[in-house]
Amino acid sequence: MITKVLATFAVVITGALLLYGVSDFPAFGDPHSPANAGVEGGAPSISNYYITKSYEDTKVPNLVTSVLADYRGYDTMFETVVIFAAGMAIFAILRVFSDEDDIEPNETHSEGNTFTDGDHSRIIVGTTVRLVVPVIQLFALYVVAHGHHSPGGGFQGGVILGASFIIIALAMDLDAALARFSEKSYFRLASVGILIYAGFGVLCQVLGSDFLDYGILQKIFLTDGPEMARSHSMLGVEVGVAFTVTGIMFAIYANLSSRGTLKSAL
Amino acid sequence: MAEFFQTTIHDYFNYWVYVILMMIGLWAVIAKNNLIKKLIGLSIFQTAIILFYVSIGVKDGASIPILHHHDPAAHAVSHEESHHKEGHKGDDSAAHKEPGDDKGDNAEAHAVNPDLIANPLPHVLMLTAIVVGVATLGVALALSQRIFKEFGTLEESELLEQLKGGNVDG
Amino acid sequence: MIFAFDIVILIFLIVAAVIALNVKDLLSSSMIYGIYGFLICLLWAEMGAVDVAFTEAAVGAGVSTVLFIATVYNTRRRSSD
Repeated sequence: MITKVLATFAVVITGALLLYGVSDFPAFGDPHSPANAGVEGGAPSISNYYITKSYEDTKVPNLVTSVLADYRGYDTMFETVVIFAAGMAIFAILRVFSDEDDIEPNETHSEGNTFTDGDHSRIIVGTTVRLVVPVIQLFALYVVAHGHHSPGGGFQGGVILGASFIIIALAMDLDAALARFSEKSYFRLASVGILIYAGFGVLCQVLGSDFLDYGILQKIFLTDGPEMARSHSMLGVEVGVAFTVTGIMFAIYANLSSRGTLKSAL
Repeated sequence: MAEFFQTTIHDYFNYWVYVILMMIGLWAVIAKNNLIKKLIGLSIFQTAIILFYVSIGVKDGASIPILHHHDPAAHAVSHEESHHKEGHKGDDSAAHKEPGDDKGDNAEAHAVNPDLIANPLPHVLMLTAIVVGVATLGVALALSQRIFKEFGTLEESELLEQLKGGNVDG
Repeated sequence: MIFAFDIVILIFLIVAAVIALNVKDLLSSSMIYGIYGFLICLLWAEMGAVDVAFTEAAVGAGVSTVLFIATVYNTRRRSSD
């Protein structure tokens, strides 16, 4: 009880100070705030460069994708590595390989993907999921491939693809999902994703330029000018990111829902 | 008087709500007893900060940061794009250029006005933040499951009692 | 950017956050956290941040809620406060 009183006190004081600090902010939605338009006589805003020059540098209409995968590509590579490291951490924390130290076994579920015997309420959900999952996966691949022209990109498509396996695990059994996407497969897929991303960088270095400087890849893609080479390399690294995110999202779900055993699950 | 309130509310109301959300999340992390509630509070705090960051790049009357592409084949696609957003006024130039101008993508032969396109840089940084946030949420939930397996409870007060008194090997 | 829409969604956000933290049943708490995630996605789509809204809908409101429910299923469902 004393904790709640002290917490309320601390939070009220912090909140009051922050609300007082809010009065110094530029107005909400102001197009001429220092973040949007730069300071007169001081530093210009880099967003203006991205908005005006990004299309002629990279020929990609989606400004967010071009900044994410090209201008700030180094950040994105390490973000993918962080996701991979989180998947590894969950594997290290939770995964148990033997059956002896399972404290309270959950009640037995119907096994495999035979959901018709005994548990009739699963027929509707199971059949619908079987019909819908291919469409979801096709949509996920569309989101990855079309990230240059519409909202989307590697992360969103990867999460949707991972979620398509999660929905199989939820509607049927975890074993049904693991039969389609086993533990070896998803960890290998995640590693291949990072390999693709770093591989693009090293390829640029091998050809003589800086790490992740995609313009030099016009010799490999045989385009005229570095702009289209940058556009194609962006697609390549987005595919790498999608692979990693897919594998790790399903890995996190499989380990969390079965308490590490991958046997009995949600 | 009403005019003054109108200006102040339009300028600062969003920021006040973000501060309130941050403080709700912070209070939950400190004062709640259950570990899962603490994690929900932490998530609320994180999304409030991401919300604040994205609202730096908002411009009144601006459109989304996806440029129109005047390829004749892609003309239908880019028009689809512009109908997703409601309320944008300064829709840059769908009607200015003829489709069959020359080959392919010459969407930027006319200059892009930066005042009519939302700032893309906060979006990029916050994309990273959201995805990293869910990965670390997964790690936190895995740790909670291990704690439950070891101690049999997820309440902080009972955990502290067990750590002080009986279960010394932790 | 419609401002009245902004105000309404922000008030709903505060209500959802307070409710998610005060119910004692952890399963309901996770579901209201999912509602909170969808409201934030709507707010970003209205502000013009469509990529962020897409990511939040897929990741925050989708996968994150499922992970919470999976953990609550494997531990206890009631909380003491």
